[in-house]
Amino acid sequence: MPRLSFGPFLLLALLEGTVTAAVLALTAVGLSLVFGVMRVVNVAHGEFFMLGAVVAWFVTATIPGPAALVWVLALIAAPIIVGAVAVAADTLILRRLNHAPEATIVATIGLLYILQQAALTFFGPDARPVTAPFTWRIQLPWFGYSGYKLFIVVAAALILWGVWLLMTRSKAGLIMRATQVDRDTAQAFGINVNRVYTGTFALGAGLAAVAAVLVVPVQQAHYLMGGDPLLLSFIVVIIGGLGSLRGTLVAALVIGLGDGMISMFFSPTLAKIIATLLVAMVLVFRPQGLFGAKA
Amino acid sequence: MRVWIVHLGLLAVLAAAFFVLPSYHATNFARIMVLAVFAMGYNIAFGYTGLLSLGHALFFAAGMYGAGLSGLPALPALVAGTLAGGLVAVAVGLLALRTAGVSYMIVTLMFAQAGYLALLYFGAVTGGDEGFVVASEARIILGFDLSTDAPRYTAALTLLGICLLACLVLVQSRFGRVLVAMRENAERSRMLGYNPYTVRLTAMAISGLYAGLAGAAYAVLFGYVGASFATIQYSILPMLYVLLGGAGTVLGPFFGALVMFYLTEAASSLTTAHLLVVGVALVGLVLFAPKGILGWLRAKGATWLP
Repeated sequence: MPRLSFGPFLLLALLEGTVTAAVLALTAVGLSLVFGVMRVVNVAHGEFFMLGAVVAWFVTATIPGPAALVWVLALIAAPIIVGAVAVAADTLILRRLNHAPEATIVATIGLLYILQQAALTFFGPDARPVTAPFTWRIQLPWFGYSGYKLFIVVAAALILWGVWLLMTRSKAGLIMRATQVDRDTAQAFGINVNRVYTGTFALGAGLAAVAAVLVVPVQQAHYLMGGDPLLLSFIVVIIGGLGSLRGTLVAALVIGLGDGMISMFFSPTLAKIIATLLVAMVLVFRPQGLFGAKA
Repeated sequence: MRVWIVHLGLLAVLAAAFFVLPSYHATNFARIMVLAVFAMGYNIAFGYTGLLSLGHALFFAAGMYGAGLSGLPALPALVAGTLAGGLVAVAVGLLALRTAGVSYMIVTLMFAQAGYLALLYFGAVTGGDEGFVVASEARIILGFDLSTDAPRYTAALTLLGICLLACLVLVQSRFGRVLVAMRENAERSRMLGYNPYTVRLTAMAISGLYAGLAGAAYAVLFGYVGASFATIQYSILPMLYVLLGGAGTVLGPFFGALVMFYLTEAASSLTTAHLLVVGVALVGLVLFAPKGILGWLRAKGATWLP
């Protein structure tokens, strides 16, 4: 590739940042929902992302057929399978702990190791590619850009819109928000809080899985790939304000673009150092987040 | 009296064990004793004061790099590492202790992660991912070469002995009781005139000194310094040891480290699934045995266990 002048280079960084932001928003909204409704910090969230990518690889590698079709199958199968794992984890482990915050964190750390080991045993230590459903390239005056990456952004936006509709316009969303505001009163009004928790946990995990299926054709599946999405989702959820959906979206955009910019112009490690320190400072000095409403 | 007999007895058994253990297990035990010191430090913050930190790898690494990069002979390097661990713990504590509970866990995690990334970023100084080997002249204490079995075991045991007895004195002192009071009910302790912030900060400082000493000892005894010791895994390990052995017990961290070390090793010889052992142990402990081994003994009638 010939050296780009500053303008096109900035455009490329912006595009890459937008793709990162879109995937990050999906993953982080899952984490944010779980924290908001259940008050549970799910350290294994990144592993749900990883599982999604691994399922996508299994589906696309084992089922014959046109690339686009098997990829769509993967997009349907991944959230269902990962959601089922989340349901099992919630009913077998988290519910028995009464979702007590600190014990739950320790338990989800354990879950992280268990899922990682399962992926290592059944999937292996190698990174494996997943074929993209289509390979259009959009030719800009300065460089060609993958049409699939732009599709990721559109798809993520649509799914996020769906989540927003679910939370604000549906009965299920109303019940989830009621549980978030006051668990005991919700229970007194006949809401089965345990079922809401399990459903929310599965929804959060499913969103991470969907994000992974979207991004895996440009990234490859690997059993340790959950670390970065986890860290970045944490950063986004905290900076956006714990449990605030709108804050999470704004923060995902800021962090995704910022991470892309700093990574391209300086170094990815420096970008992460700045982001982690920023998170620590936000939690210490502005616990409601930079964009969240007052708690 | 009974308490001192049990603790000094354990040290005596460990001293005698060296003459029975084959060389391979002697090295393992030296490692376990150093890790036990790390876990004891974690226990002072978590078990006694109720501060569940996810960032102790940072203090361990501070001690390790403090000792390794100082270029000092072994004994002063240990002191430098210990102080480095304590200083970093105070610096983190000053900020992190403004939060509590889950926020405290995440803040400590983030600081530790930033520290780990900084070790990679300044790879020119720290050796980055690959780390560096500690010079053999920096591994000699009082004329004994720590890269050989007997001096290494003796040094680890001495360290464990000092830290174990110091911990015992600490938790039986007035201040030790204040720590427990802070864990049980911070609001009530405040009304009795104890400032939660300074008490917790002191606990973190002591905890950091222990972790720093353990990190420095690991560098000096085993001759390697690397960024892998600053990863989140090394924050989880002491937590696991403490949970397994019994949070808020003086001997718990040692037994937790001992059992976990050999459990992981046994699993590694059967399968490659050592991550699974850690994962299952964590989940199993919080679900079925939140008190750990010594906590269980204490509940079963040994109420005098400190």
